[in-house]
This record gives sequence, structure tokens and C-alpha cells, in this order.
Amino acid sequence: MSDLRKSLCLHVGLLAILFVLQFILPAYHHGNLARIMVLAAYAVGYNILFGYTGLLSLGHALFFATGMYGMGLLINQFGAQPASALIGGLFAGALISFFLGLIALRTEGVAFMIVTLMFAQAGYLLILYFGAYTRGDEGFVIQQAERMLWNINLSNPTIRYFAALFVFSISMLATLRLVHTPFGRVLIAIRENEERAQMLGYDVFRHKLAAVVLSGTIAAMSGAAYGLLFGYVGASFASVQYSIFPLLWVLLGGAGTVLGPFVGTLFMFYLIDLSSGITSAYMLIAGITLVLLTLFAPQGLVGELRRRVFRWLP
Amino acid sequence: MEFGPYLMLATLEGAVTAAVLSLTAVGLSLVFGVMRVVNVAHGEFFMLGAILAWWVTSLIGGHPALGFGVAILCVPVLVGVVAVATDVLILKKINYDPERTIVATIGILYIIQQITLMSYGPDARPIEAPFNTRLALPWIEFSGGQPQLYWPWGLSTTTYKIGVIAAASVVLTGVWLVMVRTRLGLVMRATQLDREMAMAFGIPVERVYALVFGFGAALAALAAVLIVPIQQAHYLMGGDPLLLAFIVVIIGGLGSLPGTVFAAILIGVSDGIISVFFSPTLAKILATLLVALVLVFKPNGLFGARRA
Repeated sequence: MSDLRKSLCLHVGLLAILFVLQFILPAYHHGNLARIMVLAAYAVGYNILFGYTGLLSLGHALFFATGMYGMGLLINQFGAQPASALIGGLFAGALISFFLGLIALRTEGVAFMIVTLMFAQAGYLLILYFGAYTRGDEGFVIQQAERMLWNINLSNPTIRYFAALFVFSISMLATLRLVHTPFGRVLIAIRENEERAQMLGYDVFRHKLAAVVLSGTIAAMSGAAYGLLFGYVGASFASVQYSIFPLLWVLLGGAGTVLGPFVGTLFMFYLIDLSSGITSAYMLIAGITLVLLTLFAPQGLVGELRRRVFRWLP
Repeated sequence: MEFGPYLMLATLEGAVTAAVLSLTAVGLSLVFGVMRVVNVAHGEFFMLGAILAWWVTSLIGGHPALGFGVAILCVPVLVGVVAVATDVLILKKINYDPERTIVATIGILYIIQQITLMSYGPDARPIEAPFNTRLALPWIEFSGGQPQLYWPWGLSTTTYKIGVIAAASVVLTGVWLVMVRTRLGLVMRATQLDREMAMAFGIPVERVYALVFGFGAALAALAAVLIVPIQQAHYLMGGDPLLLAFIVVIIGGLGSLPGTVFAAILIGVSDGIISVFFSPTLAKILATLLVALVLVFKPNGLFGARRA
């Protein structure tokens, strides 16, 4: 079997397993997995920029929150339908990531990290500043009645699970496709050696900008879906913490692998979930695990698998 | 109060922030400049300094100055030792890879925070300042063309705050002298400039790294000990100093000590002034956007000469 076929089987297989799990899982894990899939889509978006293009952003919460608030405010303030609100959130995310990319891509390395962090921080503070509309830290709830997409009740657990699976599938299949397109290969070339890519005649800036927009739009999609599916929009989703989460998930799962973001999100979610069941000191366990992983699996879980066993993993 | 005295009060408060911030930032800048790694746990070393200061003073008791004096001498050393251990046990093993270091230090952040929460608890606790006299400050008023000193109501500071500013200045001068005048500083600067070349000249780079990491953490701890009598010790207090110190280091320019101090004063004082006259949230929004724009147009910071 060719490598391409193998990877296609693997990824479609994962989606099939996730599909089947909806009928098997007990209610608690069912709900968890729905959350994990939406968050994994966020990590997938982050991975396009960090794992494949090699740009470390510390401000992705801005895109996640833009999608979430774009969607939420359209419903809450303007009484929009969920479908148009979702598209609105997506569009807002694309727009914001385009302009942020235009500004932030003038810098590189550590300066890029800080510029993205600062803009995300400014976005977070703006949400607090306009507390009259956003209700600040407290956030607002999207009522069950407002979460009807074409007469489908998105607060129904089964529907919610499938919607989450849909969001995750789109983003994962998009990355899988991306790494085999010429565009995706240029991104990887930029990650490996920016000067050389430039010398070969590629417009590095435009490719990076496109990567930022793509990554930001996927993050916004995930944010909008998270708000709509779980019915809550809050400023904490715009905080620094939510910029660091996708970085952690991607690094844990394996940067620059298609499956890594999902594996990392799943691992981290259940690590905290299970350890908080055993002891109240779950952060200690999470911290020790992080340190151990960096010591013994530096390329992340999937990255390590690729290095040792399956060399064909995309 | 009128505008003038008000401005002076805001500047003074800002100067205290700036003093503490510059110590923390210089610690981060050393680690960042010499080792080229981002230490996300830097704020936790700051927090650890504050917590240990409380612990030492409550252990000793007696006159506040006694406990505080012991704390200011011991705590930075203790935290430095913890940091050196972290460096040798973890960072050295992952070969100071920038990305892995970020994850590892996030892990360390969680560990330190949780251990503190488990042993020290979630309370914020104050320690008493060794000396704390109120000082009323004069202001000049022109009445009928004659300059005249008067003491506006509310315009005052404490001797301790002045002491913090003085102590920070002395320590910073000391750090600068060590960097410029001693063999140790020379070795550090050589490592910062070119790691391989330094190794080729027989500099024990790994020991320099461990030392710098410990020294940076000790500076953060010292800053924390100085601030605890003003601001209480709490297990979550490390977040803000980390973010601010980070900004200061970048704005000041990587590895530039004077630049870092200048940026700390700029940010500390302007934060004090802006948040007195505008809504604090709006002030922060403006400040963060300003920082971002400075970096966009001067990616190496205000004083950075070389590319990072």
C-alpha cells in the first residue's frame, strides 16, 4: 500500500471510529469528546501556522475569541440566526487574522510571539472594556431557543456530537489535503529554510500571510462552534491561557503532524480530568507530565511514533 | 489635589513599580540573552521569592527589620538554588531547545504553583516593612510671582518605597558592574555573543548556563522580597510580572542591560501615570498596542543592535 493510501486509511479510520464512538460512549465521555473535538479543531488550526509554517504565535486566543464573539454578539445583540451568525464569526476571524498578519508578519521570531501576544491581550481587554455588550468576565449564555440551526436543536447531545465531529473533520481533512498541495509544501519549505524558499522565487510573505489567515479562520470556526454548541461566550476564552493551550496541545501531540493536535488535546483533557478525580493537585500531575514528555518525547506523541515506527505519517 | 502634585504622586508610585519590574526584567533578560531560551517559569520564581520571604519572616519573628534582613539575604540564594537544580535536571537534558524549553518551563510553572498552593495555601499574606515612616512631600506654588513651598494634602510616600527604589538602583548598578568589569561578566557576555566560539575558548558553557539561570531567578526573587511589604504574597502573583518583564525585555532590546532598565522605567512610570488619569483597562489597551507597534517598527527593541 502506498504511503498516501495508508495515511488516508488512517485518518478516515479515525473519523469512522469517532463516528462509531457516539453510539457506544457513556454520556459523560460523550460530552467530553464533543468538547475535545471542537478544541482539537482549534489546535489543528494552530498547527497549520506553528507546525507547518514554523511561526510561533502566542495570540491565537484572539482568533478563537473573534469567532466566538462574532457569532455570539450577532445572536445576542442583533438576533441573527445561528447559520448567519456562524458565517459572521468565521468572516470576522478571517478579517482579523488578515490584518493581524499584515502587521505582525513584519516581525519574526520572538518579536512575532510578543506582537501576537500583545494584540491578543488588547483584544481581551477590549472585550472587558465593552462590558456593556459583552458582559465582560461573566460572559453570556446563548439560550437553547437560539441554538436552532434549520430546526435542528444544537443543544441535543447527539446532534452536538455530530456537529463537533463535522467541525473537526473539516479542519483535519483540510490539513491532510494541505500538506499534499504545492501551497502546503511551500509552507513547509518556509519552516525549514526561509531564505532558501525566498531564493527559489516563492513570495514568502504572501504564503505566510495566507497561512495566518487559514490558521486564524479555522481557529475562529472552532471558537464560533464552541460558543454555539455549548451555549456560552466568555472573556476567559480570549485570555492568554487560551493562546497557550493550543501550543501545548500541538507540542504534546506532535507539531507538524496531522493527527498530533487531536492526540494532544485528547491527552491533555483526560490527563487533567482523570488526575483531578484522584487528587486535587491535578496541576502538579499535569506539570510533571509536561516535563517528562519534553524529556522523553520531544517531538510529541505522534511525532515520536513517526520517528520510531510509522515514517509515512503526514 | 491639583494636577501637578497628582502627577508627582503617580510618578512616584510608578517609580516603585519600575524599580521592582526592572529587577525582574533584568533577570529574565540575562537568561533570555545568554541562554536564548524563554523561561515561562520566571514569574513563579518571583512568586516563590515572595512566599519564602513570608515564611522566613514568620519563622524568625521579633522586630520586622530582623526577619526582613534575613529574608533579603537568604531568599534569593534559596530560589537561585532551586533554579540551578531545574536547569541541571531538566533544561540541560533537553539541550536548551527553544520550543521544548517553553513546554518544560510551563510544566515547571504548574509544579511550583501547585506545590505552593498545597503547602502555603490560597491566602494572600502580608509581611511587615522593616521601616515605614510616612513622608509628606512639598509642592511649589506660585502665589503673586513668589515661589512658595507648601504641603498638599495626600501627597506623601513612605520611607520604605524610597528604600525599594534605592535598593533596586544599587543592585542594578552591581549587576551592571559585574557584567562589564569582572571576568564572570566577560564569560557571560562571550557565551551570549557566540556559544560555539566561547566553548572553543574553553569556557564551561553549561556551568555558565546554570549560573545565569540561577542568577536570573535570584534577581526575580529579590524583586519579590522587596515588593511583599507593599503587595501581599500570593500563589498566583507570578503572572503579571512575567508578562510585564517579558514586554520590558523585548522593548528594551534583547540582551541590552541599559535598554531593559530604560524600558522598565518607561513602562512602570507610564503605567502609573496613565492608570491614574484614564480608565485602567483603556490604559492597558493603549499600552499593549503601543508595545506591539514599537516591535513592528523596531523589531530589535529600542536599544537592540543585533538581530536576535
